[in-house]
Amino acid sequence: MNKIINDFSITVGTVNGSGSSTANNTILRAIFKMGIPVSGKNLFPSNIQGLPTWYTIRANKDGFIAHNEQRDIVIAMNPNSFARDLASVTPGGAFYYADDIKQPITRADVAIYPMPVKTIVRNDPNVPSDYRDHVSNMVYVGILAQMIGIDIEKMYAALDFHFKKKQKPIDMNFNIIKAGAEWAKTNLEKKDSFYLEPMNKTDGLIMADGNMAGALGAIYGGVQFVGWYPITPATSLAESLNDYLPQLRKREDGKHTYAVVQAEDELAALGMSIGAGWSGLRAMTSTSGPGLSLMTEFAGLAYYAEVPVVIWDVQRIGPSTGLPTRTSQGDLTFTYFIGHGDSQSVILLPGDVYECFEFGWKSFDIAERIQTPVFVLSDLDMGMNQWISKPFKYPDTPMDRGKILLESDLEELKGNWGRYADTDGDGIGFRTFPGNKHPMSSYFTRGTGHDDHAKYSEEADVYLNNMDRLKRKHVTAKEYVPAPVLHAMKGATVGILAYGSTEAAILEAQHQLDKEYGIKTDFLRIRALPCTREVDAFLAKYDQIFIVEMNRDGQMAQILMTEYPQYAPNFKVVAYGDGMPASAKWVREGILAKYESRKAVGGKQKAAGNMKKAAKKVVAKKAAPAKKASAKKVTKKAVAGKTVKKAKRK
Amino acid sequence: MTETLPVAGATANINLAGLSKNDYRGAPSTLCQGCGHNSISNQIVTALYEMNIVPENVVKFSGIGCSSKSPTYFLNRAFGFNSLHGRMPSIATGALFGDYTLKGVGVSGDGDSASIGMGQFKHVMRRNVNMVYIVENNGVYGLTKGQFSATADKGLKLKKQGENPYMPVDICMEALVSNATFVARSFAGNPKQVKELLKAALSHDGIALLDIISPCVTFNNQVNAYHSYTWGKDHEEPLHEISYIAPRNEIMLENEMAEGEVREVSMHDGSVVILKNLEKGYDPADRYAALRVMEEAQRNNWMLTGLLYLDTSKPNLTSIYNLVDTPLNRLTEADLRPAPDSIDRVNALMF
Repeated sequence: MNKIINDFSITVGTVNGSGSSTANNTILRAIFKMGIPVSGKNLFPSNIQGLPTWYTIRANKDGFIAHNEQRDIVIAMNPNSFARDLASVTPGGAFYYADDIKQPITRADVAIYPMPVKTIVRNDPNVPSDYRDHVSNMVYVGILAQMIGIDIEKMYAALDFHFKKKQKPIDMNFNIIKAGAEWAKTNLEKKDSFYLEPMNKTDGLIMADGNMAGALGAIYGGVQFVGWYPITPATSLAESLNDYLPQLRKREDGKHTYAVVQAEDELAALGMSIGAGWSGLRAMTSTSGPGLSLMTEFAGLAYYAEVPVVIWDVQRIGPSTGLPTRTSQGDLTFTYFIGHGDSQSVILLPGDVYECFEFGWKSFDIAERIQTPVFVLSDLDMGMNQWISKPFKYPDTPMDRGKILLESDLEELKGNWGRYADTDGDGIGFRTFPGNKHPMSSYFTRGTGHDDHAKYSEEADVYLNNMDRLKRKHVTAKEYVPAPVLHAMKGATVGILAYGSTEAAILEAQHQLDKEYGIKTDFLRIRALPCTREVDAFLAKYDQIFIVEMNRDGQMAQILMTEYPQYAPNFKVVAYGDGMPASAKWVREGILAKYESRKAVGGKQKAAGNMKKAAKKVVAKKAAPAKKASAKKVTKKAVAGKTVKKAKRK
Repeated sequence: MTETLPVAGATANINLAGLSKNDYRGAPSTLCQGCGHNSISNQIVTALYEMNIVPENVVKFSGIGCSSKSPTYFLNRAFGFNSLHGRMPSIATGALFGDYTLKGVGVSGDGDSASIGMGQFKHVMRRNVNMVYIVENNGVYGLTKGQFSATADKGLKLKKQGENPYMPVDICMEALVSNATFVARSFAGNPKQVKELLKAALSHDGIALLDIISPCVTFNNQVNAYHSYTWGKDHEEPLHEISYIAPRNEIMLENEMAEGEVREVSMHDGSVVILKNLEKGYDPADRYAALRVMEEAQRNNWMLTGLLYLDTSKPNLTSIYNLVDTPLNRLTEADLRPAPDSIDRVNALMF
């Protein structure tokens, strides 16, 4: 049997609340420490204990670590999902199961490995009886380590990290892993082809989730006020702020430069944050779709009253409660037009954990510069799963507090200023905030009509004037939001446009489309709305542009159709939302289903055919390895993005 | 332009802050003539002036409604935020974190606080935000032209609404059970008491709830009171029905009420409110007594006025957060952004 090395997926089926996340994270982290590109996706139910839950791990030597549908190795620990788990194994795959589950084995085309989970745990005298359930998942960790070749010392490192160096739980879990491995060594004969071997592709990289990264980024952005309300999958963002603020903003006098308030609901969470932003603080909240719905009225007020505030939306799939523990990109149009009447939002779209950190701090600069709510749209996959990332980078620009007038400024102006007067022509006025002692500092903030001096007005022309200025501000925002990232391919005839966490899947699909179908694509990952000039140039370039997103109706496509009606006929919407993270398969198939080869007919197609072989190398170099896989490639990508920016902005 | 905002005893005198009363005034009121809210704005001006409070040290807040319009009618020199319906508490909570030395003065109404905003109302009480929270309570929605609010009396009749079938919400009771640290009630027609309670509220460190019964001259009327309204409409042909409001006089107590006194006051619509001052020797520090007198007042249909409850032992919200001495909104990048070398430690904390 040919060995399949560093290129397969593992799925673990357990009971929710059984402590399997520790076990699965241990496998994931150990593989990462072996230098192999790897990803882990927790596919969990909305439940505290009892329902079936799955965890998928994909290791891939080439760095293709998007979620995929392959079930090469399946581990069944849950009698309720046993039959389904067994049926899901890819032919030629491996099936491990807890041998206390007495159910028929219906597959002859997979390698079957029963595991004496309960016996191994019971045989360890150091595990108190009430801890047996907690550690039993470590049995499959040990057996799997032995069978596919995970370095057991890397598992120790993973446990050491997980239990924050607390020796007792580390030992208890590690001993079970060792016992599992020992048992497998003596009792199991390898009947499948899946092996792991150490590489060096994760050197210098870290592993983190997007919520933690976003929180850390916010701290480096100088966050001062957080109003929040618990909601899956955003909760851990605010909790990470609670974890890290005391460490990173520690002062000798023990006093605090920040406040984190858990509000009574999302309305109050955003209300408090807007109050704080208005009062001159770097303020934020974090939520998910249903919470954002509740924040809508306040978001509209902040847009119209021009209050800087940062709102994280870690998207889950809706409407309503929807599938609260599954991922989505379904809040884009809602967020872009949030509020009643005419409104348009500034939205940042991080594509990975590294960008969650970066946009964590940058969002404050943009919010204060533009004086408007800035939304950061992450998603459950990015927010809650562990991703490989470049190490976080210290902010490379000083804080931009925007246009603020303090007492001395007002002294100079002799008190002559108007809160909403567009003196610079960029649509942005100067602001003051409470505590300013100058007698001309104050102004009255309201959601009702107001003139340049913030005075109440219901005059038609005053209202129009104000709305036109807000529109100008939105245009100004283009100069401050992050430019897109381009993954170019030599000889590309069509464009792919996407955003957020789908990047890894699209890079893999891009590779497959070239290799298997001879379709060469350029892939532009948008990182913000409003669209920057790079997007204009990209859309003008191709007669087929595939807009790929994780929702039903193609929300980015809808926005682009209204912003760029001239290119709309070229748009092909590849939208799919089932709650699962994006996979290369649906991206590829979605594109193929709408791909029109006739459009490529002519010199282009011929050339594409001829270049097929040669282009392979180019692709492998430029597009193949996912960002999380290699620091080197990441740099290249970032440079590519920058180059576009520079070229187009000249 | 000051005719709708009469200031009793205004002089060119300068207070200890070096300011004249004009420095405490706001824009001319656009509320109905004779509205109790104007009288309250007036007393806010006087109280702040007499207490020598610098306007820049006050921040004004409101929600939506007639009452919530009033912060524009006093203290022009203070920052103000007229927010959303029922959401004044959250805006104030966040804003006062900006500079803990500032005092909040919020004006809300019965609809704003006891109906749409009941959730935020109760939470701002329990958080002990450092602000005076005034409810200008008239039992009716004015800006939407006369619907019942949650404080409307059972049995009240309104032109388009019929008879109110529900028991009213008692704002002071709600504040007290939500652990407010200062709870008082007054009547807009008793300016002296309003002013004294305002001063007490402004001196309180924490939330100070002031429920002020403020009769609506226009909409809290029973059917018979609409006669003059109809009369006015008939005689002002070009005017739209809602645009003509018969001018009325503000209801004022003729002379001061003694402690423990019970007095009947006739409202614009001819109905009668029974005011009762707290008894001499009433101890506002006794929470149980506060609950008892409120219950008693409810049974007797009295509008009990005075300082009902006071607890000076609880820290206000920003104190709980142990903030730095410099107001948060004066901190700079050096205070807020962790030092460059910390990033390596952070990355080392990741796996």
